[in-house]
Amino acid sequence: MSTQVFYFVATLSIIFSLMVIFAKNPIHSVLYLILTFFTFTVHYVLLNAQFLAVVNFIVYMGAIMVLFLFVLMLLNLNKETEPSKSPLIKIVGVIAGGCLVVTLIGSLKSASITSPLILKNPGLGLVENLGKELFGPFLLPFELSSLLLLAAMVGAVLLSKRDEVEA
Amino acid sequence: MDSAFVIEKFILVAVIFGISLVIAMYSTYAERKVAAYLQDRLGPDRAGPFGILQPLADGLKMFMKEEIIPTSSNRFLFIAGPGLALLCACIGTAVIPWGSPVLIAGKTIPLQVSDINVGVLYIFGVVSLGVYGVMIGGWASNNKYSLLSAIRAASQNISYEIAMGLSIIALLLMTNTLSLKEIVDQQHGWRWNVLYQPLGFLIFMVCSFAETNRAPFDLPECETELIGGYHTEYSSMKLGFYLFAEYINMFVSSAVMAALYWGGYNYPGMDSMAVWLGPTWAPLFGTAVFFGKICAFIFFFMWVRWTIPRFRYDQLMNLGWKGLIPLAIANIIITGVVIAIIEKF
Repeated sequence: MSTQVFYFVATLSIIFSLMVIFAKNPIHSVLYLILTFFTFTVHYVLLNAQFLAVVNFIVYMGAIMVLFLFVLMLLNLNKETEPSKSPLIKIVGVIAGGCLVVTLIGSLKSASITSPLILKNPGLGLVENLGKELFGPFLLPFELSSLLLLAAMVGAVLLSKRDEVEA
Repeated sequence: MDSAFVIEKFILVAVIFGISLVIAMYSTYAERKVAAYLQDRLGPDRAGPFGILQPLADGLKMFMKEEIIPTSSNRFLFIAGPGLALLCACIGTAVIPWGSPVLIAGKTIPLQVSDINVGVLYIFGVVSLGVYGVMIGGWASNNKYSLLSAIRAASQNISYEIAMGLSIIALLLMTNTLSLKEIVDQQHGWRWNVLYQPLGFLIFMVCSFAETNRAPFDLPECETELIGGYHTEYSSMKLGFYLFAEYINMFVSSAVMAALYWGGYNYPGMDSMAVWLGPTWAPLFGTAVFFGKICAFIFFFMWVRWTIPRFRYDQLMNLGWKGLIPLAIANIIITGVVIAIIEKF
Protein backbone atom coordinates (compact mmCIF):
# COMPACT_ATOMS: atom_id res chain seq x y z
CA MET A 1 0.00 0.00 0.00
CA SER A 2 2.62 2.51 1.13
CA THR A 3 4.97 1.57 -1.74
CA GLN A 4 2.22 2.01 -4.31
CA VAL A 5 1.33 5.41 -2.86
CA PHE A 6 5.02 6.34 -3.01
CA TYR A 7 5.34 5.44 -6.70
CA PHE A 8 2.13 7.27 -7.53
CA VAL A 9 3.17 10.45 -5.69
CA ALA A 10 6.74 10.23 -7.02
CA THR A 11 5.41 10.08 -10.59
CA LEU A 12 3.27 13.11 -9.89
CA SER A 13 6.25 15.01 -8.46
CA ILE A 14 8.30 14.31 -11.57
CA ILE A 15 5.46 15.30 -13.91
CA PHE A 16 4.76 18.52 -12.04
CA SER A 17 8.44 19.48 -11.84
CA LEU A 18 8.77 18.92 -15.60
CA MET A 19 5.71 21.13 -16.10
CA VAL A 20 7.44 23.86 -14.07
CA ILE A 21 10.17 23.95 -16.73
CA PHE A 22 7.99 23.49 -19.80
CA ALA A 23 5.16 25.87 -18.92
CA LYS A 24 5.25 28.95 -21.16
CA ASN A 25 3.68 31.28 -18.64
CA PRO A 26 5.77 32.06 -15.53
CA ILE A 27 2.64 32.17 -13.34
CA HIS A 28 1.77 28.64 -14.47
CA SER A 29 5.33 27.59 -13.64
CA VAL A 30 4.92 28.86 -10.08
CA LEU A 31 1.55 27.12 -9.72
CA TYR A 32 3.10 23.83 -10.87
CA LEU A 33 5.91 24.39 -8.39
CA ILE A 34 3.30 24.73 -5.64
CA LEU A 35 1.83 21.37 -6.70
CA THR A 36 5.35 19.88 -6.68
CA PHE A 37 5.84 21.08 -3.11
CA PHE A 38 2.49 19.58 -2.19
CA THR A 39 3.64 16.16 -3.44
CA PHE A 40 6.81 16.62 -1.33
CA THR A 41 4.57 17.15 1.70
CA VAL A 42 2.90 13.82 0.95
CA HIS A 43 6.35 12.20 0.71
CA TYR A 44 7.25 13.52 4.18
CA VAL A 45 4.00 12.14 5.58
CA LEU A 46 4.83 8.74 4.03
CA LEU A 47 8.21 8.90 5.79
CA ASN A 48 6.38 9.56 9.09
CA ALA A 49 8.05 12.97 9.35
CA GLN A 50 4.89 14.85 10.26
CA PHE A 51 6.55 17.98 11.55
CA LEU A 52 8.69 18.36 8.44
CA ALA A 53 5.60 17.75 6.30
CA VAL A 54 3.55 20.45 7.94
CA VAL A 55 6.47 22.91 8.02
CA ASN A 56 7.09 22.28 4.31
CA PHE A 57 3.38 22.96 3.82
CA ILE A 58 3.40 26.24 5.77
CA VAL A 59 6.79 27.65 4.77
CA TYR A 60 7.17 26.57 1.14
CA MET A 61 3.58 26.33 -0.05
CA GLY A 62 2.05 28.94 2.20
CA ALA A 63 4.72 31.62 2.42
CA ILE A 64 7.58 31.39 -0.07
CA MET A 65 5.44 30.50 -3.07
CA VAL A 66 2.96 33.27 -2.20
CA LEU A 67 5.90 35.69 -2.38
CA PHE A 68 7.03 34.21 -5.72
CA LEU A 69 3.53 34.60 -7.10
CA PHE A 70 3.35 38.10 -5.65
CA VAL A 71 6.56 39.21 -7.38
CA LEU A 72 5.60 37.60 -10.71
CA MET A 73 2.18 39.24 -10.64
CA LEU A 74 3.82 42.62 -10.03
CA LEU A 75 6.32 42.08 -12.87
CA ASN A 76 3.46 41.04 -15.20
CA LEU A 77 5.75 39.10 -17.55
CA ASN A 78 4.41 38.08 -20.94
CA LYS A 79 5.69 37.07 -24.33
CA GLU A 80 6.25 40.61 -25.61
CA THR A 81 8.52 41.64 -22.77
CA GLU A 82 10.54 38.41 -22.79
CA PRO A 83 14.02 39.11 -24.18
CA SER A 84 14.83 37.06 -27.30
CA LYS A 85 17.81 34.77 -26.84
CA SER A 86 20.57 34.60 -29.43
CA PRO A 87 21.48 31.21 -30.99
CA LEU A 88 24.89 31.35 -29.30
CA ILE A 89 23.27 31.34 -25.85
CA LYS A 90 21.04 28.43 -26.88
CA ILE A 91 24.07 26.38 -28.05
CA VAL A 92 25.93 27.15 -24.82
CA GLY A 93 22.84 26.08 -22.88
CA VAL A 94 22.61 22.77 -24.73
CA ILE A 95 26.31 22.02 -24.09
CA ALA A 96 26.01 22.88 -20.38
CA GLY A 97 22.87 20.75 -20.03
CA GLY A 98 24.58 17.85 -21.81
CA CYS A 99 27.55 18.06 -19.42
CA LEU A 100 25.15 17.91 -16.46
CA VAL A 101 23.40 14.84 -17.88
CA VAL A 102 26.77 13.05 -18.43
CA THR A 103 27.83 13.84 -14.86
CA LEU A 104 24.52 12.61 -13.45
CA ILE A 105 24.62 9.36 -15.46
CA GLY A 106 28.25 8.82 -14.41
CA SER A 107 27.47 9.25 -10.72
CA LEU A 108 24.29 7.16 -10.87
CA LYS A 109 26.07 4.31 -12.68
CA SER A 110 28.47 3.76 -9.80
CA ALA A 111 25.67 3.94 -7.23
CA SER A 112 24.19 0.63 -6.15
CA ILE A 113 20.87 -0.12 -4.50
CA THR A 114 21.53 -0.50 -0.79
CA SER A 115 19.34 -2.42 1.59
CA PRO A 116 16.50 -0.23 2.92
CA LEU A 117 17.51 2.11 5.70
CA ILE A 118 15.78 1.22 8.96
CA LEU A 119 15.43 3.96 11.55
CA LYS A 120 16.31 3.00 15.10
CA ASN A 121 13.46 5.19 16.28
CA PRO A 122 10.52 5.33 13.81
CA GLY A 123 8.98 8.25 15.71
CA LEU A 124 11.97 10.52 15.08
CA GLY A 125 9.97 12.82 12.81
CA LEU A 126 7.40 13.65 15.49
CA VAL A 127 7.57 17.14 16.98
CA GLU A 128 8.59 16.05 20.46
CA ASN A 129 11.53 13.87 19.37
CA LEU A 130 12.70 16.33 16.73
CA GLY A 131 12.65 19.14 19.28
CA LYS A 132 14.69 17.10 21.77
CA GLU A 133 17.26 16.33 19.05
CA LEU A 134 17.47 19.93 17.84
CA PHE A 135 17.74 21.51 21.28
CA GLY A 136 19.94 18.73 22.70
CA PRO A 137 22.89 17.40 20.66
CA PHE A 138 22.41 19.87 17.78
CA LEU A 139 21.90 23.03 19.83
CA LEU A 140 24.98 24.87 18.56
CA PRO A 141 24.39 24.33 14.80
CA PHE A 142 20.72 25.18 15.30
CA GLU A 143 21.46 28.48 17.03
CA LEU A 144 24.21 29.31 14.52
CA SER A 145 21.82 28.82 11.60
CA SER A 146 19.32 31.14 13.28
CA LEU A 147 22.08 33.77 13.56
CA LEU A 148 22.77 33.30 9.84
CA LEU A 149 19.10 33.95 9.05
CA LEU A 150 19.12 37.03 11.28
CA ALA A 151 22.20 38.36 9.46
CA ALA A 152 20.46 37.81 6.10
CA MET A 153 17.39 39.65 7.36
CA VAL A 154 19.41 42.62 8.60
CA GLY A 155 21.23 42.69 5.27
CA ALA A 156 17.96 42.76 3.34
CA VAL A 157 16.63 45.65 5.43
CA LEU A 158 19.92 47.53 4.96
CA LEU A 159 19.84 47.06 1.17
CA SER A 160 16.31 48.44 0.96
CA LYS A 161 17.28 51.43 3.12
CA ARG A 162 20.39 52.44 1.15
CA ASP A 163 18.66 54.89 -1.21
CA GLU A 164 17.33 56.88 1.70
CA VAL A 165 20.79 57.37 3.22
CA GLU A 166 22.32 58.62 -0.04
CA ALA A 167 19.49 61.03 -0.79
CA MET B 1 -9.16 -0.42 8.58
CA ASP B 2 -12.53 -1.90 9.38
CA SER B 3 -15.59 -0.67 7.54
CA ALA B 4 -17.32 0.57 10.72
CA PHE B 5 -14.47 3.06 11.20
CA VAL B 6 -14.75 4.29 7.62
CA ILE B 7 -18.54 4.65 7.83
CA GLU B 8 -18.29 6.44 11.18
CA LYS B 9 -15.75 8.95 9.83
CA PHE B 10 -17.72 9.38 6.61
CA ILE B 11 -20.89 10.25 8.52
CA LEU B 12 -18.95 12.62 10.78
CA VAL B 13 -17.36 14.40 7.80
CA ALA B 14 -20.73 14.69 6.05
CA VAL B 15 -22.42 16.08 9.17
CA ILE B 16 -19.64 18.61 9.85
CA PHE B 17 -19.60 19.65 6.21
CA GLY B 18 -23.37 20.09 6.23
CA ILE B 19 -23.34 22.05 9.48
CA SER B 20 -20.59 24.39 8.31
CA LEU B 21 -22.43 25.08 5.05
CA VAL B 22 -25.71 25.74 6.86
CA ILE B 23 -24.02 28.01 9.40
CA ALA B 24 -22.25 29.88 6.60
CA MET B 25 -25.59 30.20 4.78
CA TYR B 26 -27.36 31.61 7.81
CA SER B 27 -24.37 33.83 8.59
CA THR B 28 -25.29 35.81 5.48
CA TYR B 29 -28.81 36.22 6.91
CA ALA B 30 -27.44 37.02 10.37
CA GLU B 31 -25.06 39.58 8.91
CA ARG B 32 -27.92 41.47 7.31
CA LYS B 33 -30.10 41.23 10.41
CA VAL B 34 -27.25 42.35 12.70
CA ALA B 35 -26.43 45.21 10.34
CA ALA B 36 -30.10 46.19 10.32
CA TYR B 37 -30.29 46.04 14.12
CA LEU B 38 -27.14 48.13 14.57
CA GLN B 39 -28.39 50.70 12.06
CA ASP B 40 -31.93 50.77 13.44
CA ARG B 41 -33.52 49.15 10.36
CA LEU B 42 -35.61 46.01 9.90
CA GLY B 43 -33.43 44.00 7.49
CA PRO B 44 -34.75 41.21 5.26
CA ASP B 45 -38.26 40.22 6.35
CA ARG B 46 -40.13 39.25 3.15
CA ALA B 47 -39.12 35.61 2.47
CA GLY B 48 -40.86 33.49 5.10
CA PRO B 49 -41.41 34.48 8.75
CA PHE B 50 -38.74 37.06 9.83
CA GLY B 51 -37.16 36.58 6.40
CA ILE B 52 -35.84 33.19 7.48
CA LEU B 53 -35.86 31.88 3.88
CA GLN B 54 -33.77 34.79 2.60
CA PRO B 55 -30.50 32.72 2.24
CA LEU B 56 -32.35 30.19 0.05
CA ALA B 57 -33.67 33.01 -2.14
CA ASP B 58 -30.15 34.47 -2.36
CA GLY B 59 -28.68 31.10 -3.29
CA LEU B 60 -31.30 30.58 -5.98
CA LYS B 61 -30.60 34.04 -7.34
CA MET B 62 -26.85 33.29 -7.51
CA PHE B 63 -27.49 30.07 -9.46
CA MET B 64 -29.91 31.70 -11.91
CA LYS B 65 -27.68 34.66 -12.83
CA GLU B 66 -25.88 34.74 -16.15
CA GLU B 67 -22.38 33.33 -16.00
CA ILE B 68 -19.82 35.61 -17.59
CA ILE B 69 -16.21 34.65 -18.26
CA PRO B 70 -14.18 37.58 -19.63
CA THR B 71 -12.60 36.79 -23.04
CA SER B 72 -9.16 38.06 -22.01
CA SER B 73 -9.11 36.05 -18.78
CA ASN B 74 -7.24 32.83 -18.15
CA ARG B 75 -10.20 30.47 -18.38
CA PHE B 76 -8.98 27.52 -16.31
CA LEU B 77 -7.55 29.57 -13.46
CA PHE B 78 -10.57 31.88 -13.53
CA ILE B 79 -12.77 28.90 -12.70
CA ALA B 80 -10.24 27.28 -10.36
CA GLY B 81 -9.93 30.40 -8.16
CA PRO B 82 -13.32 30.32 -6.40
CA GLY B 83 -13.20 26.52 -6.12
CA LEU B 84 -9.83 26.70 -4.42
CA ALA B 85 -11.08 29.42 -2.07
CA LEU B 86 -14.01 27.26 -0.96
CA LEU B 87 -11.86 24.11 -0.66
CA CYS B 88 -9.27 25.81 1.56
CA ALA B 89 -12.06 27.21 3.72
CA CYS B 90 -13.66 23.79 4.25
CA ILE B 91 -10.64 21.57 4.98
CA GLY B 92 -9.85 23.44 8.20
CA THR B 93 -12.77 21.73 9.95
CA ALA B 94 -11.00 18.34 9.82
CA VAL B 95 -8.90 18.75 12.98
CA ILE B 96 -11.27 20.76 15.19
CA PRO B 97 -12.55 18.73 18.18
CA TRP B 98 -16.30 19.31 18.20
CA GLY B 99 -16.98 17.49 21.45
CA SER B 100 -15.77 14.84 23.88
CA PRO B 101 -16.38 11.22 22.79
CA VAL B 102 -20.06 10.24 22.67
CA LEU B 103 -21.46 6.85 23.65
CA ILE B 104 -23.89 5.80 20.90
CA ALA B 105 -25.32 2.23 20.78
CA GLY B 106 -22.59 0.86 23.08
CA LYS B 107 -19.81 2.42 20.99
CA THR B 108 -17.67 5.43 21.90
CA ILE B 109 -17.38 7.78 18.97
CA PRO B 110 -14.90 10.69 19.00
CA LEU B 111 -16.42 13.89 17.66
CA GLN B 112 -13.29 14.84 15.72
CA VAL B 113 -12.44 13.75 12.20
CA SER B 114 -8.73 13.36 12.81
CA ASP B 115 -6.66 14.00 15.93
CA ILE B 116 -3.28 14.57 14.26
CA ASN B 117 -0.48 15.50 16.64
CA VAL B 118 0.36 18.68 14.69
CA GLY B 119 -3.25 19.95 14.60
CA VAL B 120 -2.41 23.56 15.42
CA LEU B 121 0.19 23.69 12.64
CA TYR B 122 -2.28 22.09 10.22
CA ILE B 123 -4.79 24.89 10.91
CA PHE B 124 -1.99 27.37 10.40
CA GLY B 125 -1.06 25.74 7.07
CA VAL B 126 -4.65 25.80 5.83
CA VAL B 127 -4.92 29.47 6.77
CA SER B 128 -1.75 30.28 4.84
CA LEU B 129 -3.06 28.35 1.82
CA GLY B 130 -6.35 30.25 1.82
CA VAL B 131 -4.88 33.25 0.02
CA TYR B 132 -4.23 31.28 -3.20
CA GLY B 133 -7.91 31.28 -4.16
CA VAL B 134 -7.97 35.08 -4.00
CA MET B 135 -4.60 35.50 -5.73
CA ILE B 136 -5.31 33.11 -8.59
CA GLY B 137 -8.81 34.49 -9.15
CA GLY B 138 -7.60 38.07 -9.04
CA TRP B 139 -4.77 37.44 -11.49
CA ALA B 140 -6.78 35.28 -13.89
CA SER B 141 -9.48 37.98 -14.21
CA ASN B 142 -6.97 40.09 -16.20
CA ASN B 143 -8.27 43.25 -14.59
CA LYS B 144 -6.01 45.83 -12.94
CA TYR B 145 -8.26 46.30 -9.94
CA SER B 146 -8.55 42.55 -9.37
CA LEU B 147 -4.77 42.19 -9.60
CA LEU B 148 -4.19 45.02 -7.12
CA SER B 149 -6.66 43.41 -4.77
CA ALA B 150 -4.97 40.00 -5.10
CA ILE B 151 -1.61 41.57 -4.29
CA ARG B 152 -3.09 43.36 -1.29
CA ALA B 153 -4.60 40.11 -0.04
CA ALA B 154 -1.24 38.32 -0.35
CA SER B 155 0.77 40.95 1.48
CA GLN B 156 -1.87 41.31 4.18
CA ASN B 157 -2.05 37.57 4.80
CA ILE B 158 1.72 37.12 4.95
CA SER B 159 2.12 40.06 7.36
CA TYR B 160 -0.56 38.92 9.78
CA GLU B 161 0.42 35.24 9.65
CA ILE B 162 3.65 36.14 11.44
CA ALA B 163 1.93 37.80 14.38
CA MET B 164 -0.63 34.97 14.47
CA GLY B 165 2.09 32.32 14.62
CA LEU B 166 3.94 34.19 17.36
CA SER B 167 0.77 34.51 19.45
CA ILE B 168 0.19 30.75 19.11
CA ILE B 169 3.77 30.03 20.26
CA ALA B 170 3.05 31.67 23.64
CA LEU B 171 -0.01 29.43 23.98
CA LEU B 172 1.99 26.33 23.04
CA LEU B 173 4.57 27.14 25.71
CA MET B 174 1.76 26.66 28.24
CA THR B 175 0.00 23.67 26.74
CA ASN B 176 3.10 21.62 25.76
CA THR B 177 1.22 19.98 22.90
CA LEU B 178 0.26 20.69 19.28
CA SER B 179 -2.82 18.47 19.32
CA LEU B 180 -6.03 20.50 19.36
CA LYS B 181 -7.85 17.73 21.23
CA GLU B 182 -5.33 17.80 24.10
CA ILE B 183 -5.34 21.61 24.21
CA VAL B 184 -9.13 21.60 24.61
CA ASP B 185 -9.08 18.80 27.21
CA GLN B 186 -6.57 20.75 29.31
CA GLN B 187 -9.12 23.55 29.66
CA HIS B 188 -11.51 21.36 31.67
CA GLY B 189 -14.19 23.30 33.53
CA TRP B 190 -13.10 26.89 34.08
CA ARG B 191 -9.39 26.66 33.19
CA TRP B 192 -9.81 28.44 29.88
CA ASN B 193 -6.62 29.59 28.16
CA VAL B 194 -7.94 33.11 27.66
CA LEU B 195 -7.59 33.67 31.42
CA TYR B 196 -3.85 32.93 31.19
CA GLN B 197 -3.21 34.37 27.72
CA PRO B 198 -5.40 37.49 27.37
CA LEU B 199 -2.84 39.37 25.29
CA GLY B 200 -2.16 36.33 23.10
CA PHE B 201 -5.88 35.96 22.48
CA LEU B 202 -6.24 39.63 21.54
CA ILE B 203 -3.40 39.36 18.99
CA PHE B 204 -4.78 36.09 17.64
CA MET B 205 -8.24 37.59 17.25
CA VAL B 206 -7.03 40.70 15.41
CA CYS B 207 -5.00 38.48 13.08
CA SER B 208 -8.05 36.26 12.48
CA PHE B 209 -9.96 39.32 11.32
CA ALA B 210 -7.12 40.10 8.91
CA GLU B 211 -6.76 36.51 7.67
CA THR B 212 -10.47 36.17 6.90
CA ASN B 213 -10.47 39.56 5.10
CA ARG B 214 -13.20 40.84 7.38
CA ALA B 215 -13.78 44.49 8.25
CA PRO B 216 -11.91 46.53 9.44
CA PHE B 217 -9.24 44.69 7.40
CA ASP B 218 -11.29 44.00 4.24
CA LEU B 219 -8.88 45.97 2.04
CA PRO B 220 -8.84 43.35 -0.76
CA GLU B 221 -12.49 44.18 -1.42
CA CYS B 222 -12.36 47.88 -0.68
CA GLU B 223 -15.11 49.23 -2.99
CA THR B 224 -14.07 52.86 -2.80
CA GLU B 225 -10.64 52.10 -4.26
CA LEU B 226 -10.93 48.80 -6.13
CA ILE B 227 -14.51 48.60 -7.52
CA GLY B 228 -15.28 45.13 -6.11
CA GLY B 229 -11.79 43.87 -5.39
CA TYR B 230 -10.58 40.46 -6.52
CA HIS B 231 -14.09 39.35 -7.55
CA THR B 232 -14.86 42.37 -9.76
CA GLU B 233 -15.08 40.19 -12.90
CA TYR B 234 -16.99 37.35 -11.27
CA SER B 235 -20.69 36.71 -11.63
CA SER B 236 -23.20 34.02 -10.80
CA MET B 237 -22.26 31.17 -8.44
CA LYS B 238 -18.51 31.74 -8.84
CA LEU B 239 -19.01 35.05 -7.05
CA GLY B 240 -21.22 33.14 -4.63
CA PHE B 241 -18.34 30.75 -3.91
CA TYR B 242 -16.03 33.63 -2.98
CA LEU B 243 -18.62 35.20 -0.69
CA PHE B 244 -19.47 31.83 0.81
CA ALA B 245 -15.80 30.99 1.40
CA GLU B 246 -15.52 34.17 3.47
CA TYR B 247 -18.37 33.06 5.73
CA ILE B 248 -16.98 29.53 6.11
CA ASN B 249 -13.59 31.05 6.97
CA MET B 250 -15.31 33.14 9.60
CA PHE B 251 -16.99 30.03 11.03
CA VAL B 252 -13.74 28.04 11.09
CA SER B 253 -11.71 30.83 12.68
CA SER B 254 -14.45 31.34 15.28
CA ALA B 255 -14.26 27.61 16.04
CA VAL B 256 -10.45 27.77 16.32
CA MET B 257 -10.59 30.76 18.66
CA ALA B 258 -13.25 29.10 20.80
CA ALA B 259 -11.25 25.85 20.93
CA LEU B 260 -7.80 27.34 21.56
CA TYR B 261 -8.69 30.11 24.01
CA TRP B 262 -12.29 29.81 25.20
CA GLY B 263 -12.34 26.22 26.36
CA GLY B 264 -14.01 24.56 23.35
CA TYR B 265 -16.69 22.22 24.64
CA ASN B 266 -15.77 22.79 28.31
CA TYR B 267 -18.02 24.79 30.60
CA PRO B 268 -18.16 25.37 34.36
CA GLY B 269 -20.08 22.64 36.18
CA MET B 270 -19.53 20.11 33.38
CA ASP B 271 -18.69 17.29 35.82
CA SER B 272 -22.05 17.42 37.58
CA MET B 273 -23.76 17.74 34.20
CA ALA B 274 -21.91 14.60 33.02
CA VAL B 275 -23.33 12.65 35.99
CA TRP B 276 -26.80 14.04 35.47
CA LEU B 277 -27.10 13.62 31.67
CA GLY B 278 -25.15 10.39 31.19
CA PRO B 279 -22.41 9.53 28.67
CA THR B 280 -24.56 10.13 25.57
CA TRP B 281 -26.21 13.48 26.21
CA ALA B 282 -23.52 15.22 28.28
CA PRO B 283 -20.94 15.33 25.43
CA LEU B 284 -23.65 16.47 23.02
CA PHE B 285 -24.56 19.25 25.45
CA GLY B 286 -20.84 20.20 25.47
CA THR B 287 -20.95 20.35 21.67
CA ALA B 288 -23.98 22.63 21.89
CA VAL B 289 -22.03 24.88 24.27
CA PHE B 290 -19.15 24.91 21.76
CA PHE B 291 -21.50 25.96 18.98
CA GLY B 292 -22.92 28.65 21.26
CA LYS B 293 -19.41 30.05 21.67
CA ILE B 294 -18.83 29.88 17.91
CA CYS B 295 -22.07 31.78 17.24
CA ALA B 296 -21.05 34.39 19.80
CA PHE B 297 -17.77 34.89 17.91
CA ILE B 298 -19.57 35.11 14.56
CA PHE B 299 -21.81 37.77 16.08
CA PHE B 300 -18.67 39.57 17.30
CA PHE B 301 -17.22 39.52 13.76
CA MET B 302 -20.39 41.22 12.50
CA TRP B 303 -20.60 43.65 15.39
CA VAL B 304 -17.04 44.83 14.66
CA ARG B 305 -17.80 45.12 10.95
CA TRP B 306 -20.53 47.68 11.55
CA THR B 307 -18.66 49.50 14.33
CA ILE B 308 -15.09 50.12 13.17
CA PRO B 309 -14.40 51.79 9.80
CA ARG B 310 -11.98 50.24 7.32
CA PHE B 311 -8.25 50.82 7.88
CA ARG B 312 -6.05 52.62 5.40
CA TYR B 313 -3.42 50.36 3.82
CA ASP B 314 -0.41 51.92 5.56
CA GLN B 315 -2.28 51.79 8.88
CA LEU B 316 -2.87 48.08 8.31
CA MET B 317 0.83 47.43 7.68
CA ASN B 318 1.91 49.60 10.62
CA LEU B 319 -0.45 47.78 12.97
CA GLY B 320 0.76 44.38 11.78
CA TRP B 321 4.51 44.92 11.70
CA LYS B 322 5.08 47.62 14.31
CA GLY B 323 2.22 46.89 16.66
CA LEU B 324 1.23 43.25 16.77
CA ILE B 325 4.57 41.52 16.08
CA PRO B 326 6.54 43.28 18.89
CA LEU B 327 3.57 42.74 21.24
CA ALA B 328 3.46 39.04 20.36
CA ILE B 329 7.24 38.69 20.95
CA ALA B 330 6.88 40.46 24.32
CA ASN B 331 4.04 38.08 25.14
CA ILE B 332 6.28 35.07 24.39
CA ILE B 333 9.07 36.44 26.61
CA ILE B 334 6.69 37.17 29.51
CA THR B 335 5.05 33.74 29.21
CA GLY B 336 8.46 32.03 29.11
CA VAL B 337 9.76 33.91 32.16
CA VAL B 338 6.60 33.22 34.18
CA ILE B 339 6.68 29.51 33.29
CA ALA B 340 10.37 29.33 34.25
CA ILE B 341 9.67 31.02 37.61
CA ILE B 342 6.73 28.71 38.35
CA GLU B 343 8.78 25.61 37.53
CA LYS B 344 11.67 26.85 39.72
CA PHE B 345 9.57 27.31 42.86
